[in-house]
Amino acid sequence: MKHLLRQTFRSGKFLVGFVIFMTILLTVLIYPLFVKDPPLGIISRGTFLAPGIYVNVYDSMNSSPRYTLILEGAASRRVAGKLGDDDRQAMQEWLVAKGVPEDSIDIADTAGLIALWESNFDPSLRLPGMTNADRNYYIRLTASLEGLLATEDAVVAAANPETGALEEIGVITQTDYVNVGEVPNSRLFVLGTDNFGRDVLTELVSATGVSLIIGFVAGIVATTIGLILGLVSGYIGGLVDDIIVFITNLFTVIPTFVLLILISFSIGQEQRGAFTIAVVIGVTSWVWTTRAVRAQVVSLRNRDHVNLSKLSGHSVAYILAMDILPYIASYVVMALILQISSAILAEAGLSILGLGPRTTEVPTLGLMMRWGLIYQAHVLNYWWAIFPVILVIALITFSLNLMNTGLDQVFNPALRE
Amino acid sequence: MSKVILEVNELTTNYVTRFREKIYAVDHVSLKVEEGKSVGIAGESGCGKSTLALSLMGYYFAPLHYSSGEIIVDGRNISGMDPDDVRKTILGREISYIPQAAMNALNPTQRVINFIEDVIQAHYPKTTKKEIYELARERFELLGLPAEVLRKYPVELSGGMKQRTVIATSVILSPKVLIADEPSSALDVTSQKMVIKMIMDLMNKGIIKALIFITHELPLLYNVTDDIMVMYAGQIVERGTAEQMVFDPIHPYTRALMGSIIVPEAGLRDVKLAAIPGTPPNLKNPPSGCRFADRCKFVKPECRAISVGLRDAGEGRAYRCIIPEEDLRKAYQSEG
Amino acid sequence: MKDNTVILSGRGVTKVFGFGANKTVAVDHVDFTFRKGEIISIVGESGSGKTTLAKMLLGLVSPTEGEIYFDGELRDIRTHKKKREYWKNIQAIFQDPFSSYNIFRKVDAVLLDCIRMRGGGNLPYDEKLEMMKRACSFVNLKFEELTNKYPFELSGGQQQRLMIARIFLLSPKILLADEPTSMIDACSRATILDMLMGLRNDIGMTPIFITHDIGLAYYVSDTVYIMEHGRFVESGTADQVILNPKEAYTRRLLSDVPKLHEEWDLSTV
Repeated sequence: MKHLLRQTFRSGKFLVGFVIFMTILLTVLIYPLFVKDPPLGIISRGTFLAPGIYVNVYDSMNSSPRYTLILEGAASRRVAGKLGDDDRQAMQEWLVAKGVPEDSIDIADTAGLIALWESNFDPSLRLPGMTNADRNYYIRLTASLEGLLATEDAVVAAANPETGALEEIGVITQTDYVNVGEVPNSRLFVLGTDNFGRDVLTELVSATGVSLIIGFVAGIVATTIGLILGLVSGYIGGLVDDIIVFITNLFTVIPTFVLLILISFSIGQEQRGAFTIAVVIGVTSWVWTTRAVRAQVVSLRNRDHVNLSKLSGHSVAYILAMDILPYIASYVVMALILQISSAILAEAGLSILGLGPRTTEVPTLGLMMRWGLIYQAHVLNYWWAIFPVILVIALITFSLNLMNTGLDQVFNPALRE
Repeated sequence: MSKVILEVNELTTNYVTRFREKIYAVDHVSLKVEEGKSVGIAGESGCGKSTLALSLMGYYFAPLHYSSGEIIVDGRNISGMDPDDVRKTILGREISYIPQAAMNALNPTQRVINFIEDVIQAHYPKTTKKEIYELARERFELLGLPAEVLRKYPVELSGGMKQRTVIATSVILSPKVLIADEPSSALDVTSQKMVIKMIMDLMNKGIIKALIFITHELPLLYNVTDDIMVMYAGQIVERGTAEQMVFDPIHPYTRALMGSIIVPEAGLRDVKLAAIPGTPPNLKNPPSGCRFADRCKFVKPECRAISVGLRDAGEGRAYRCIIPEEDLRKAYQSEG
Repeated sequence: MKDNTVILSGRGVTKVFGFGANKTVAVDHVDFTFRKGEIISIVGESGSGKTTLAKMLLGLVSPTEGEIYFDGELRDIRTHKKKREYWKNIQAIFQDPFSSYNIFRKVDAVLLDCIRMRGGGNLPYDEKLEMMKRACSFVNLKFEELTNKYPFELSGGQQQRLMIARIFLLSPKILLADEPTSMIDACSRATILDMLMGLRNDIGMTPIFITHDIGLAYYVSDTVYIMEHGRFVESGTADQVILNPKEAYTRRLLSDVPKLHEEWDLSTV
C-alpha cells in the first residue's frame, strides 16, 4: 500500500494533476475564510466593472494625512489618462471632416488641439457618415475635456446645514496624494464584476466549490451504482447477468446527455437544486462503470484465489468484498475520477442550456458561463466574466484526467515508458 | 574438427534495476557450437538461461546491457556492433531467436503470408510478393507445413501450428544459428513433438547450421541436443555431451537436477526423486565463493571462500567445483 | 493405507457449456470410483475436460447431468451451508501457487481461515498460533519467517508449500491437486510431492492428481485415468496403463513424451 502510494506520487503526470487539483481545492476551502461576502451579493451598481482596485472617492478626499508628491510627468500622465491617442485621432478626423486643414492640426500638442477643438466643435453639426453613436462619443469626449489643462487646486465644498450655502471645507491640489491603505473604503476586484454587479472572483471560488461537490456527488452515485451492478452481474452471472447487461446496453444506446436534458426538464425549474442535478447526472452515467467492472469481475471470478476462497467457505458477500473488490479498486478509483470530471462538464453543459440548478441560491461554473453568455460578456469583451470560468473548468477536468492517466500508468506497468 | 559456427567467449551481460543496481544474469559464459551441432542449456527458473538466449543475439535493449566478452558468428565478431546494424544485418540472417510465446508474434489482423512479407522485406526491400510467396511455399512444404497455411489468419490455426509457422518464418532467411527458448513448453505433448521434429528437420536439411536449445525439461533436452550445459545463478556449472550429463553428471547440482527427472518408464517408481533444499542466491549480491555452496550436500569451508572457474574433465567436459572429479564420484558411490 | 471403501464416485457425470450451435461437451458421461487412500491421477491434454471434471468434483461447477456420490451418499451441495460442510471434506491445490493467493491479504489470514473453517474460530490466539506453527513445520517452513508477509514476498516453492500447510490444517478427506508441480522447478518438485504423500500417510487423505504429465502420473499414482475429449479412454493401475497401454490414445500420448532409455521416435507425428 505504502509502496503503491510512493509509486503513484513518483508518476509525473499524476503529480502535476494532483498539484493543480489541490491548488484549486485549497483555494476553494481557504478563500472564504478571508472574504466573507456572500458569493451572490450584488456589490456594484452598473455591470461588468473591469478588474482593478476601487477606491472610495469621498473617503480619499477626506483622508488625512494627505501627502505631497512631486512626480515627474504627473500632469502629462493625467492628460494622457483622460485624452488618449485614439481620442486625439478621432478629434483630428472630426476637424478635418469639418474643413480644418490637416497640416494645421498637431495632435501631440494638447493645448493647441483643445483650443482648436473648442473653437470648432459643434455638437449639433452632423458630418457625413457620422452615426449617432459617433455623435454621442464626441459629446462625451468634449465633456471630459473640461478642466483638463487646469492647474488650479480643486475646492471641496459642502452645504452648510443651517444656511444651505456652500462652504469651502477643503482644497485638493494637483500634487496631493493619499495612501490607498489609509483610505477606509477601497475594494480590489481581481476579476471585476459580472452582469449583476457581483464580484466575479468570490462568485467563481464559490461556484468552483459547488461544481466540485456536484462532481463528487454525481461521481459517487454513478460509481456506486456501476460498481454494485457490475459486481453482481459479473460474479453471479446467469439470468441476473443477462438482465443487467440488457439494461446496460439499453442505456448505452440512449445518448446520456439527451436523457439528462429530458430528466432535468421534467423535474422543473423549482425543484432543481445543485444536489438534485448531481444525483440526476449520477444516475444517468453509471453505464460505463458497470460495463468495465463487470468485465473485470468476469475475468476474476474464475481465478484460483477466488475458487480457493470459496473452498474456504466464505460467503458471496465476503468474496466480493475481499477477493474481488481489492483487485478492481484501482480501476474503480480511476473510473470515479473520470466520472467526477465528466459530471462537472455535464453540469456545465446543462446549465448553459438553462437546465442546471435554479439560479437564485448557489453559483456553479455552468451557471456563471450561462450568465456570461446571456449578457454577451464574450461579445462585449468583458473577458473577466467568462474566461476565468472556462479556465477553471478546463483546469479541473485537465487535472483529473492527468491524475487518471498517471494512475493508469502506475496500475498498468505496461503503459509506462 | 568441423567448422565452428558460433563461438562465445566470456560473455557477461547485466540488467540495470530502477535503483541503478547491476545484476549479472549472464556471468562469463563461454561456449562453442560446431557446424551441425546443437547445444542445450538447462537450469532452474531464474538461473539466467533465458537472459543468455537474449544475450547471444547481440541485440541489447534496456534493461539488459552488454558488459564484456565476444560473440563470433561464423568468424564475424558481432559484440560491440551498433544495435541498429545488428538488427538489420544479423537478426534473421545470421541468428534467429524463438521465444516461448513466439506464436503470439503473429498479427491477428494479417494473413501469415503478409507476416512473412514483412520479415523478408525488412531485409531485402526489393523482393516481390510473388518471389516471397514462392520462397515461403517451398520452405513450408520442405518443413511439412501445408502451403494453405500461408493464406490463413492466425486465429484459424491451432497453437502448435502457429508456433511452427512462426519458427518456419523466423528461419526463412536461413540463419546460421537458431536460438530456441522453450519453444514447445506451452504446448501439448503432441504439438511439442511436431515442433521438435520441425526444429530437427531444420538441422537435418541444412537450413540452420547450429542450434541453441533452452528448456527446463531435461528429458526433452536429452533427446534434442548433442551437448548440454547446466546453468546456475548466471554461470555455467557443467557441460558435456547429453549422454554424459544425464547419466554421469559430475557437479553436485547437475546430479541433483538429473535426479529429479520424471519420465513414464519402467523402474521410475522405484527411484527416489532428488530434491535440493533452499533457493538460488540473489544475483544482486552473489556469494563470493561457489554460488551453489549454500545448497550443496558436499560443501566444505573453502567453497564459500574460493570462486572456482570451469575445470576441464577431458573430452570437452568441464565442471565448476572445488572438489576433484574422483572425490565427487567416490562421494556419490558411497551414497548409493 | 488403502482400504476398499469408496470415497468418491460418479455415474454419467456430464458438463455441457453453452447451448445450440455453441454447445461444447466438456465432460461426457464419465463414471469413476475413487477408493479411500488410493492415489489417483487423471491425465489429459489441454481441452480434455480434466479441469472441468476437477471443478465438478470440488463442487465449484455443477454437472449438467449425472450424480456424484461422496462417502456412499448422493452429494447434496445445494445450499451454502451444505457446500461448506462438503468443502471440509474436499480441498484443492492449484497449478499456479501465486495466483492462489489473494495478494491483498497477508499469508497468516490464509491459515487463520482454515482454523476458522475447522470450527476453531473462537480459540484463544495462542492455540491458533500453535496450530499454524505446527502446519508450517510440517511443510518445513518457519512460521516466524512468514507471519505478517504478503504472498509476493515468498518464493514460488514457499507459496506452494504454504498451500500444503493449508491442506494440513484443513485435513480434508480428499485433495484435488490440479497440476501442483508444473510451475515448480524440478528440484523442488520432489519436496512438494513428498509432502503430499506425507499428508496421505498422516491424515489418511485421498489425493487426486489432475495433470498433463504422464510421467508424474506414473511416478505418484496407484490408479491412472486417461482422459480424452471429455471421456475416460483408459483406466487401471499405473503399471497397467503406463507400461502396457491398451488404447491407441494412451499409446500415442506415451510415445509423444520424450524419455531417457527409449528412442524418441519423431517420425510418428
